[in-house]
Amino acid sequence: MQVEQQKNQLAINTSKLNLWYGTFQALFDIDLKIKQGIITSMIGPSGCGKSTFLRTMNRINERLDYVRIEGKVDIMGENIFAPEVEILQVRKQVGMVFQRPNPLPISIRENILFGHSIHTAGKTSKTEAEEIVESALQQVLLWDKVKDRLDLKATALSLEEQQKLCIARLLPVKPSVLLMDEPCSALDPKGTEAVEELLWELRGKYTILIVTHNMAQARRASEECIFMLMGKVVEHRETGEMFLTPEHKETADYIEGRYG
Amino acid sequence: MNEKHSQPRRAVDFDRLNRAWYIDKAVQLLVFIGGISAVIFIIGIFVFITKEGLGFVIGDFSFSEFFFSQNWRPTSEKQTTYGILALIAGTASVTGLAMLIAIPFSLGTAIYIAEFATGKTREYLKITVELLAAIPSVVWGFIGLTMMNPLIIDLFDVPVGLSVLNAGIILGLMAAPIMTSIAEDALKAVPDRYREAAEALGATRWQVIFKVVLPAAKNGLLGAVLLGVGRGFGETMAVLMATGHSINIPGSIFDSVRALTATIAAELGETAVGSQHYQALFTIGISLFVITFIINLIADLIIRDVSKG
Repeated sequence: MQVEQQKNQLAINTSKLNLWYGTFQALFDIDLKIKQGIITSMIGPSGCGKSTFLRTMNRINERLDYVRIEGKVDIMGENIFAPEVEILQVRKQVGMVFQRPNPLPISIRENILFGHSIHTAGKTSKTEAEEIVESALQQVLLWDKVKDRLDLKATALSLEEQQKLCIARLLPVKPSVLLMDEPCSALDPKGTEAVEELLWELRGKYTILIVTHNMAQARRASEECIFMLMGKVVEHRETGEMFLTPEHKETADYIEGRYG
Repeated sequence: MNEKHSQPRRAVDFDRLNRAWYIDKAVQLLVFIGGISAVIFIIGIFVFITKEGLGFVIGDFSFSEFFFSQNWRPTSEKQTTYGILALIAGTASVTGLAMLIAIPFSLGTAIYIAEFATGKTREYLKITVELLAAIPSVVWGFIGLTMMNPLIIDLFDVPVGLSVLNAGIILGLMAAPIMTSIAEDALKAVPDRYREAAEALGATRWQVIFKVVLPAAKNGLLGAVLLGVGRGFGETMAVLMATGHSINIPGSIFDSVRALTATIAAELGETAVGSQHYQALFTIGISLFVITFIINLIADLIIRDVSKG
């Protein structure tokens, strides 16, 4: 009952979202309603604005000082562009996994504890820290592999393990939304499969929004799918339906590989 | 075509040497000579210094007197002694204080330039820092002598203003620009994706710098400090002018001292070539050469390690 209710609530709700890089407009009037607790994928050719959209959701885009944003974005019902909003709290709620695994050049353990430590005042006891590390690594199915070498530099891990670690380090911060920007593009098929499996594991607990270049991946690993083109949303539907019976011609052409 | 080549036919003359080939070879040779000349000069200088000082080292040299006696009395009538302990203490105390001043200054400037300043501000700051590095050391010495000296006397109510404090401040300000440049390079070398990763986790600017950027750049920063130390050891004119030039193991920062380099600069002109005093000064030169060589080598190895990782 509660799960049902949660499913109907919106994790992300944007209206009239426009974004400019300098004078170049990258997003046009984006109205998207993304449901809580499911995996939603975003597909579209390069430069269609899907990564830009993703990077707007945790306001990491604003690291660039020439970005201008108009419109409204509600995350878990709260407007993230409201003047009183503290950007750090937005990023705490909305975790992000990048295209290229980017663990910090510190140990595996420190990577997991990094997010926790910056959001927690005071000291964390050693046993508590150990629990956090174990639980985060368990959730990303990495614990058994690395439990004996937690002090190893994270950059020494394989790319697949690094990417899983990057997902794991978000979990102690307890985000409600996970953004993934082509998380498998640096991985081989085996690593991709492992990360996809992990996404299914995390599904339900977190709302996951995944940008991908790989249509097969969108089809396998998501429940709803958004197709974007030239900074606009063309279609947003249940994944299976969209791939079987696309409504728009552009969607059909893209899915069939006529361009992109 | 065929009748022209009565010799065994060749489709293409692969072994033709044209003008570009000769120019290429000539430039290669020129660059090679330029490249090894620095090494040759350094070896040449070392051989020269060693040769001049050698007579003292193998003759009258007493290791324990040279390094552990604080009496530098090259012109004593009764008995000349050549102990550089006080001079080492002078150089070390001035360099130490200089680093205490230069490290926070240069690190702060480097962090500001690399992490906060943008656009024009940043360009202007970088140019200013480079300009500061170009101020001749005698000008710094002049500032120490004519401005800092009375200032220290007034401020701290001490009889002499030419002291460890004065030279330390001057030397610190002198070393800071070059240290800033190197430290800034080290900070810039930290990949931006580390900052992005930390910021995406909700870290503040300060947390990103303190927990991510500085640890990642620590080798480069250490290299910057060591280069500053090397500069401190080698600096002559400014310390000669600002230390007071009196042989002394300093008990406080208000004591006058004398530096190794300044001793050579002040005394070499008045010694007879080949005399014991002359050779002793060259032995100081050898020691300085070895010390700065080791410091620079360590700094270089550390910085090199950074660019690899």
